[in-house]
Amino acid sequence: MKKIADRCLVGFAWLSAGMVTLAAVMLVGFLLRRGLASIDGSLFFGETHWLDAVSGRAPVFEGIWPALMGTLYLVLVSSFVSIPVGIASGVYLAEYASKRVRASLGCAVDLLAGTPSIVMGLFGFALILLLRRTLFPQAGTSLALAALCIALLVLPYVIRTTQTALQAIPVHLRILGPVCGLSGLQAIVHILLPVASRGILSGVILAMGRAAEDTAVILLTGVVAQAGMPRGLWERFEALPFRIYYLAAEHQTRRQLDQGFATSLVLLLLTSTLFLTAFMLQRRFEKRWKKW
Amino acid sequence: MPFGRPCGLRLRSKLERCIERILLIATAIAAVAIISILLLLAYFCLPLFTSGELGEVFSRRWQPFAGSYGILPMCAGSFAISLLALFLAFPGAVAICFFVHSLAPAPAAGLLKTLVHFMTGIPTVIYGFVSVFLLVPLMRDWLSAGTGFTLLTAAITLSLLILPTIVLVFQARLERIDPTLTLASAALGFTPIEQVRHVLIPASAQGLLVAAILGFGRAIGDTLISLMLAGNAAQFPVSLFVSIRTLTAHIALVLATDSQSMAYRSVFAAGLVLFLLMGMINLLIQRIGRADNEKTYEKDR
Repeated sequence: MKKIADRCLVGFAWLSAGMVTLAAVMLVGFLLRRGLASIDGSLFFGETHWLDAVSGRAPVFEGIWPALMGTLYLVLVSSFVSIPVGIASGVYLAEYASKRVRASLGCAVDLLAGTPSIVMGLFGFALILLLRRTLFPQAGTSLALAALCIALLVLPYVIRTTQTALQAIPVHLRILGPVCGLSGLQAIVHILLPVASRGILSGVILAMGRAAEDTAVILLTGVVAQAGMPRGLWERFEALPFRIYYLAAEHQTRRQLDQGFATSLVLLLLTSTLFLTAFMLQRRFEKRWKKW
Repeated sequence: MPFGRPCGLRLRSKLERCIERILLIATAIAAVAIISILLLLAYFCLPLFTSGELGEVFSRRWQPFAGSYGILPMCAGSFAISLLALFLAFPGAVAICFFVHSLAPAPAAGLLKTLVHFMTGIPTVIYGFVSVFLLVPLMRDWLSAGTGFTLLTAAITLSLLILPTIVLVFQARLERIDPTLTLASAALGFTPIEQVRHVLIPASAQGLLVAAILGFGRAIGDTLISLMLAGNAAQFPVSLFVSIRTLTAHIALVLATDSQSMAYRSVFAAGLVLFLLMGMINLLIQRIGRADNEKTYEKDR
């Protein structure tokens, strides 16, 4: 009797593994079948010549180039905030903070990590409402606001990976600094950070991937369907994930739908490259200290 | 921790102390952010408490044109969809963890691990997009479930989204189990599946709970899947084949279509409910985690 139950469990494990693989293969396969044919120059630039589009001499109407650029700007601007702040926090939590401070600030980081992205978007929206009522009556949603909210959303990833990477450094490397007569800060800068750099980098890349894929935050903080190229920090913008969401509901022609599939493929390629790179880096970093 | 603080030279220069302060300020940003989110949401909900409209928002009907602004259907929708997704994803996710940990041949385990990591990298909006054109027609034609935009459609897609989360969390917990434990049980003649049943599951029971709660939280917090697939009708989830609206989708929908001030307030109430819910989930996980750490099955770290 027990044997049969065991067999069933093993069977269920194989079944689950198979089902998930099947689901993932179907998802990617469906995207490839419907979208691969549409990935060409006109997907990105529409009717505009690519040189004119890239140099900004001519606007792009049908292509996803503006959305791609919008996502790129969003990732860059949000990284500009989240990376320095995140690494600094991670270093503080791992190297300086007392046990109590680490617990309480760590709790804040956990809470931030648990905040749903739509709530983060609502926060940005409320911030604009507040600014309108008080200091700046003309304030509106914009790239800067979206980037700020995204930065807060991905901040916990950078903090946590930096902290874990530093805390994973074995003792013999930790005492190297004091032994060589380095001060605390010198040891951090010259020994600990370089040693942990691969782990930290994986966190940074992970954060960039999250920033590129998130839709709910930008939905409330300044993304629009037709904005053209991002013109500035205080302007509204287009983004890839929003374009996909928009096309799912609002496509009018077969061509637009195909474009939706192709856009999904482009975004998938972008984020999965980022995530798999982060995963590889992380694994190599972990392997490095396994011997001890 | 003997080397927790930098213990180089006793005399720390002014520069060092200055930098330590800068690092502290950077760390405080996370705390300031979380407090200001809470305060801002509460500030915009305040009129509800002072004007006695609270009962109106937490009522059972959402008909903005008839003057009812209840968000209870959305709360129920959020819970229904998340529980259903968890119910669908959890057994499979746990099975996959044990499969990778002890049952599978090494190449299959490695492949599956990479696949799960790849799945975490798939944007939510793509899960939604593919489901709209793959799963929705299936639901419509095979199960003749109305338009196909139903609770079940969204929950199935959502289960695919939270599965990697559950797998990764529980996998990490399994890897923390003392290897001598499995070694000892193998020496006693346990087959892999017997190890799973009699050694690994009891040793990681609280890890199972944490993984389930985190998966549930991920499901509650997700916006795009329910927004794209659940149909967004503000009604109670009476069956698997009705169209429902979640709290998250409610926020996105109301703010996308400018409406009256009461509708706005209901959005902030929904945001506050979500925020507090996630806070509670966080607290719960910390509690369980602390109890878990006191157990003795872990290897010394």
